[in-house]
Amino acid sequence: MLLTITTKRYPATDLGYLLHKHPAKVQTVELTAGSAHIFYPEATDNSCTAALLLDIDPVRLVRRNGSGSDFALEQYVNDRPYVASSFMSAAIAQAYSSAMNGRCKDKPHLTDEAIPFEINLAVLPVKGGEPLLRQFFEPLGYEVKVQSYQLDEQYPEWGQSRYFNVTLRHTLPLKTILSQLYILIPVCDNDKHYFVGGHEIEKLMEKGQGWLDTHPLKELITRRYLRNIAPLAKEALGMIMKDEILPAEEKQPKEKVRLHDLRLQTVRDILLELNVSTVADMGCGEGKLLRLLMEKPVFKKVLGMDVSYHSLEIASDKLKIERLPEMQRARIQLVQGSLTYRDKRLSGFDAGVLVEVIEHLDLPRLAALEKVVFEYARPRHVLITTVNAEYNVKYETLGSGSFRHSDHRFEWTRAEFEDWGNRVAEQFGYIVSYRPLGETDEILGGPGQLAIFKR
Amino acid sequence: MSRRNNKLSHISIPELSLVLLIGPSGSGKSTFARRFFKPTEIISSDVCRGLISDDENNQTVSADAFELVRFIAAKRLKLGLLTVIDATNVQPESRREWIRLAREYHVLPVAIVLNMPEELCQDRNVERSDRNFGKHVIPQQLSQLKRGLRGLREEGFRHIFEMRTEEDVAKLETITRTPLYNNKKDEHGPFDIIGDVHGCYDELCTLLDTLGYQVDKENATLISAPQTTNADGYTRFRKPVFVGDLVDRGPKSPQVLRLVMNMVNNGLALCVPGNHDAKLLRYLNGKNVQLRHGLEQTVTQLASETPEFLDTVKSFIDGLVSHYVLDDGKLVVAHAGLKESMQGRGSGAVREFCLYGETTGETDEFGLPVRYNWALEYKGRAMVVYGHTPVPTPQWLNHTIDIDTGCVFGASLTALRYPERELVSVPALEQYAVPGRPIGYNADSTLSVQQQYDNVLDIEDFTGKKILQTRFSHNITIREENSIAALEVMSRFTINPRWLIYLPPTMSPAETSREEGLLEHPAEGLAYYREAGIAKVICEEKHMGSRAVVIVCKDENVAAERFGVTGEGNGVIYTRTGRPFFADKQTEQAFIARINTALINTGFYERFNTDWVCLDAELMPWSAKAQSLLQNQYAAVGTAGGKALPVVVNALHQAISNGAPAGALLEKYTQRLEQTGSYVKAYRQYCWPVNSLEDYKLAPFHIMATEGKTWFDKDHEWHMSAIRNICVGDEQLLRATPYLLVETGNDASEQEAINWWKQLTAAGGEGMVVKPSTFLSKDAKGLIQPAIKIRGAEYLRIIYGPEYDATENLERLRSRKLSGKRSLALREFALGLEGLERFVNKDPLQLVHQCVFGILALESEPVDPRL
Repeated sequence: MLLTITTKRYPATDLGYLLHKHPAKVQTVELTAGSAHIFYPEATDNSCTAALLLDIDPVRLVRRNGSGSDFALEQYVNDRPYVASSFMSAAIAQAYSSAMNGRCKDKPHLTDEAIPFEINLAVLPVKGGEPLLRQFFEPLGYEVKVQSYQLDEQYPEWGQSRYFNVTLRHTLPLKTILSQLYILIPVCDNDKHYFVGGHEIEKLMEKGQGWLDTHPLKELITRRYLRNIAPLAKEALGMIMKDEILPAEEKQPKEKVRLHDLRLQTVRDILLELNVSTVADMGCGEGKLLRLLMEKPVFKKVLGMDVSYHSLEIASDKLKIERLPEMQRARIQLVQGSLTYRDKRLSGFDAGVLVEVIEHLDLPRLAALEKVVFEYARPRHVLITTVNAEYNVKYETLGSGSFRHSDHRFEWTRAEFEDWGNRVAEQFGYIVSYRPLGETDEILGGPGQLAIFKR
Repeated sequence: MSRRNNKLSHISIPELSLVLLIGPSGSGKSTFARRFFKPTEIISSDVCRGLISDDENNQTVSADAFELVRFIAAKRLKLGLLTVIDATNVQPESRREWIRLAREYHVLPVAIVLNMPEELCQDRNVERSDRNFGKHVIPQQLSQLKRGLRGLREEGFRHIFEMRTEEDVAKLETITRTPLYNNKKDEHGPFDIIGDVHGCYDELCTLLDTLGYQVDKENATLISAPQTTNADGYTRFRKPVFVGDLVDRGPKSPQVLRLVMNMVNNGLALCVPGNHDAKLLRYLNGKNVQLRHGLEQTVTQLASETPEFLDTVKSFIDGLVSHYVLDDGKLVVAHAGLKESMQGRGSGAVREFCLYGETTGETDEFGLPVRYNWALEYKGRAMVVYGHTPVPTPQWLNHTIDIDTGCVFGASLTALRYPERELVSVPALEQYAVPGRPIGYNADSTLSVQQQYDNVLDIEDFTGKKILQTRFSHNITIREENSIAALEVMSRFTINPRWLIYLPPTMSPAETSREEGLLEHPAEGLAYYREAGIAKVICEEKHMGSRAVVIVCKDENVAAERFGVTGEGNGVIYTRTGRPFFADKQTEQAFIARINTALINTGFYERFNTDWVCLDAELMPWSAKAQSLLQNQYAAVGTAGGKALPVVVNALHQAISNGAPAGALLEKYTQRLEQTGSYVKAYRQYCWPVNSLEDYKLAPFHIMATEGKTWFDKDHEWHMSAIRNICVGDEQLLRATPYLLVETGNDASEQEAINWWKQLTAAGGEGMVVKPSTFLSKDAKGLIQPAIKIRGAEYLRIIYGPEYDATENLERLRSRKLSGKRSLALREFALGLEGLERFVNKDPLQLVHQCVFGILALESEPVDPRL
């Protein structure tokens, strides 16, 4: 909420000329959700400090956003009034615009002069903590002093907060410092209070000129500055790095991504072998498998069902359902449904597919799923994939006893999966076979496993 | 029944029929229809032509127009509404489609023929400028009509009326609608519905005796019937209703017939036919039937009866109506049961279904046809009582019950008392016959039929727009977008739906206070009830915990028998949104065990004559459920403000000491520093470390339901005292809620409440909840808020933000709107109680789940969460 800039370069009060703000006054500029005050705690020829103080109106903050759509409580009780965030960047741009743009009416030579400055931010939220904070500023030559805080002194077990009192020292032209702060404050916070669009790329290019392209964390900075909106980040990175080869977008380990694609590919191959023409993808998510299936005209009818309406909307977008030609459009249908409820829309398919679905259900609810799939929907073939818990030891980052996904309710070993599959097959009159998915380890099996039921 | 008469002033047709007007263009069909039927009952092909093409005479769209006529007619017939088809209908093939439609919906087709003179038709058409088809059309239509007249009966019409002149039409004054024979909606009972007797005369007499009837066994006559006072306050004689299969297999079929005929013919009983009765009739009519399945005994027994008696039997069985719809449509009796689409309808298919039910086409290992269990899919509102298939014990399934307990096979003869829903059985004196397949041979589970069926709920019952009826309030509409949200939550996060019988309603705060520095104050809460005419309210301390619903069963068997839950312990604790309260099952079950012990030790189960209970409660501490919210939200904001503000204040001090005019700013930020301090203090009230079970506290405040009973009829004082009695059983874990009774309008009493609230909140408490002293309170407009919360100023700081009580903030925050929240609270309240009523009533899970699902759906309506 407070940004102070201090210099001891004689005469220190030149800072007032640089910033276009008179040291004896208290001035105020308006912001979208409040205002910012500029005052000088100290203003002598030996030492001069300019303070930029945010005055966020918490009630207005809510009203501005409170269009009725998002009613999460966090909106009302939040840290925005007390931290340096994109609001601070906006305040810098408002209050110190000429300084940042390198204009100084009275003493123009000052704008390009490297001057020793000390910057203090109280307080700066940093997603990624002190190490990342240092990695952002130190490559630019800043001396960084950090004070960290516990979340609550009374409850040390809650650990450290993400807030820091940060002091930065460097000798640079003021416009460079302000530009770097303008970019890096919201990057540390990893959030923005306003809509981010193409215009942000221009701002990033302009303020990042001369330092961003050589910054070792330029990708992360770019992504965070653009609120992790992939297409925007890609465009911006392309401009920053020109001839360099772009790295893969995904942050996830390549292994994992490949496994999922492989899983879907395998499922489609099996469906082709089984000679089925109608398929119900029960738990279709964002429609990756549906897309694979639609590529093959032998699948005459494809149903995608998911419990998440949001996922279905994404699937519909990705499959461009609205724009499909009529014949293609007639092949596919998306419905919201749940595998714990009997659903006659699922009946009459040659094959039912459950890719990475069962492990998202609490174990006691599986009984309902079994009936829904094997008794009521009752396709001739059922393909079910799930992870293989035995393989988890191969993932170094995965603590023992923890699951691969936070929403997994259980993860089965091969024996456990087969016990379940055999029992289900017996109960509902199917025969079942199993195969591993992914690169198989001799002892642990594949990272994933697949059961193929047939009646 | 056929009547072709052109001189009547009065004709009658069945109340549920598909009426075909038959006549050429210009014969006056539309005018006729308008005279005798409601405009909405008439579907005219001309009108439909116009609807789709802007031209009523556009013959090129005939096919589409007829499709539309048929579509509308089908929708009406589905709803059981008389429908008139206004089209020429002169060719047999055009009528065939309507006959088919009538059969599909089990309604009777009626033909009204306007066989008018040709000149009349021609003249009428000439008068109409819009009809300019050739002169040949009408003669052609008339000749088609005349050729087909004789075949109408053959085509399937049972009611045919023909008019030949304008005078005939003018003479007709009324068309009356006669109810179907199966319609006995105005008979309200009370009834004693009796299962398949199969010639077991002695057992029948014993059963009637047990039910309170006096029977002259010798002469097979009824001497007197018991009386019961109905819900409407009238005392009426009870009436036996026989589900059919009076005869065959048993020892005394003629005696059974004699007694039942006596009672039915004197209006003292009702009877529907069974398949055995129908077969006997065919035999008596001289049809070639095989003397098998017990008919051979009946035939032997009837050999000594007089021909007159046989004639009486014949006409008795012949006169039996396939099924009855009784008590305003709330009760249906049919021999083999009846699905909803056939109830109250008349057709051959309906009769077939009533007599034989439906079969799947397969045969079982005993060589008998596999019965298709229509009751599994039954979702009708009428209770259906039937027999036909012997069962070991009658069990409710989707509001239907099979009461054939196989008396003739040596089991028992059963009656269902209606409306009491009590079963009364007498044992068979001996086994008279051996069943073709063992009774209940496919019952392979400890769960009841209903519970097995409830295993899987049907998505159709929950998604899309739903209108739910509640007994304590209006119908409640659940919008589709809310169902969408609820489905996801229900599928991904909530507990087993069998446990989930209730969700508590949201609670509205009091109207906003004008008192300085406050948003809420007890005065507004008390005023709300005072103005609603509530004289006595109860103020309860608002606990600093999370709302929790607790279901405890005495043991796991009860969980299985009553809830159909196996292997999930003997109880559950879940949140306001149906999620498990405890992430780990062990803690939950240990908790349940402690409560169970307290219930056992305090004699609760005996006192309440139950083996389970559903409690509405508050579980403390709040931090147990909201730890991440506390850390990520509350503590984070506290840290940010707490660390930034001192730096700001320090800088401002420095500026002032150097002569800058920053006094106002210093004052403002100093206040913020203080507010942040208060804020941290406020949220710390809610943190209490939880390391073991001992650190939790449960404060129940409502006893929602126990076996067979909800407790909404008791006032809150009763609930408080009943709960205090349980709390004694485990004072470490259970906490009684402090409360105060207040008389509204009595200044001293109200002041006492205000003082208590001040005292509670000053000590760091959350505030209090005001409720009318009775559980369910209404005013002229319906239900009123079941509870209103009045939260303390410091608690509100963690809701509205650290700086909420700065004068300029508070002034703006005061303009908050409560009506949305209040309406939501009432709808959720009504649905919550409805669900529990249905559960204790042993309704199918689907009906209970609809209410719970509805509440969850309503919870996705956007409402300011600070309220």
